[in-house]
Amino acid sequence: MLRDELEGIYAILIKDLKAYYLKPPNISWGILFPIALALAFTLRNPQGLRDLAPGLVAMAALFGTTSMEAIVVTFEKRVGALERLFMAPLTHTSILLAKVLGGAVFGGFISAVMTLLCFTLLGMRIPHPSLYVAGLSLSLLTLSALGALIAFSVREVFEAQTLSNYFRFPMIFLCGVFIPVGRLPLPLRVVAYMLPLTYTVEALRASTSSPVHLSPLLDLVILTFFLVVFLLLTHRAMRRVFD
Amino acid sequence: MDAIVVEELTKYYGDLCAVDHVSFNVRRGEVFGYLGPNGAGKTTTIRMLSGLTRPSEGRALISGYDVLTEAVEVKRRVGVVPEVSNLYDELTVWENLKFISRLYHVPRAEREGRIRELLEMFSLWDRRGKRFRRLSRGLKRRVILAAALVHDPEVLFLDEPTTGLDVVSARGLRSLVRELRGMGKTIFLTTHYIEEADQLCDRIAIIVRGRITALDAPEGLKSKAGARYVVEVELSREPPQGLLEALRRLGGVETEGLHLRLSTDRPQEVLRLLPEEASKAGLRLVSVRTRGITLEDAFLELTGLSPEVMRMEKGGG
Repeated sequence: MLRDELEGIYAILIKDLKAYYLKPPNISWGILFPIALALAFTLRNPQGLRDLAPGLVAMAALFGTTSMEAIVVTFEKRVGALERLFMAPLTHTSILLAKVLGGAVFGGFISAVMTLLCFTLLGMRIPHPSLYVAGLSLSLLTLSALGALIAFSVREVFEAQTLSNYFRFPMIFLCGVFIPVGRLPLPLRVVAYMLPLTYTVEALRASTSSPVHLSPLLDLVILTFFLVVFLLLTHRAMRRVFD
Repeated sequence: MDAIVVEELTKYYGDLCAVDHVSFNVRRGEVFGYLGPNGAGKTTTIRMLSGLTRPSEGRALISGYDVLTEAVEVKRRVGVVPEVSNLYDELTVWENLKFISRLYHVPRAEREGRIRELLEMFSLWDRRGKRFRRLSRGLKRRVILAAALVHDPEVLFLDEPTTGLDVVSARGLRSLVRELRGMGKTIFLTTHYIEEADQLCDRIAIIVRGRITALDAPEGLKSKAGARYVVEVELSREPPQGLLEALRRLGGVETEGLHLRLSTDRPQEVLRLLPEEASKAGLRLVSVRTRGITLEDAFLELTGLSPEVMRMEKGGG
């Protein structure tokens, strides 16, 4: 029954937030990480940072969604707590969605802090707030699904962190966070368009009326495509864990 | 309808056959023991029956629902106490049970009353506000058992429920299992403790290397062993071949150093023959003890495995 599945998703989400995400050290990291990042850029070059703001929010979303989620899933897998969820009368899809939502909510919190800082420190303005919310929400879900895929594909917490970094750091440099994708050499531009964060940055830039290369609608469609692919791959990885 | 029906259930992990075409039925309200050494396939069987792992071959029904095609319906009807205490360390006892009750769709109006009832039943009410990680191992097992019952399941799977517990906690847990049996629950219990299976189970399946080697009531298994008595002897030195040959005419003989164990239906003849043969061999009888056959003896006879080996594998009993 759909109602039972939704209730299960909500229960897991609330449990994850309470048991892991909303612990004081994570909350303080969630606030300090964006502050440190925003301050570093403001102090280095206080002029002309408005263009950089969407990239910083995208970066906060990337780290916020993937960092804790990888720890939560691999930790639960290791101590057997994840197995308890699979014992419950819920489909694997619901468990996956609950885990992805947990990462997305935490990433959303960090992105919200970063948005606030970009507003106050960097003078960012959002003339198209609905596009900003849609682009950021879809990005949070997509990046969180990527985090889940990594976490379900490895055994140990450190493996999840290492593998996450293989994706995260190239994305920061290739996806238009610091250097616009249009200015990259062609081979790197091709790689950039194969990474989801490029479309996050593009959508957020479009919402702030900054120059963009793609239509915002296309950004949202491609992010949705990435989300579906990551969910399907994670679903398969989950089955392997318990078979 | 039987609570559990298992037909040719099999699980392969690569080339390894962890469970090899096992078949059995468990009646409603029965305590069914699944006894075997570590690595025999007990946990894998529970994982398949509770819908956690997909069987490679064969079929299993829980209350009429297929574990492969109706896993969610199966999970609604079973409670599982896994070997590891895998609730959430950061949540309190109350929060853990509340979370599990939501996960199992216990109606909101019944949730708190049901949790309170279980906490009182398991003497955990005073500890409801304590974080799970702060509990002793025995208390954790009790919370895990309460969590498995929060949705009032028809069938309860207990995977090595007393492993790692001190004597008092293990005894307490066994009496809880008896209480649950009194409440009419169907209980599927895996254990490597032979005495535990003997005390708690209506019927026992002995599983060795993924195959069921015997299945019967404890008394039936004892009678299958072929002898009704055991004579245990300690000698002053290792027994010579002649003495063993003489005793083998009266039953099965096993030796371990200075100790000799004879399963027989004719204990009086053994007691008459033993001093004579010992004297002929120039041996002294240090001690002689006659007793009825136990499930441990039957296990030894039926599987060829030593109960000592079973205990050692799990770190002592």
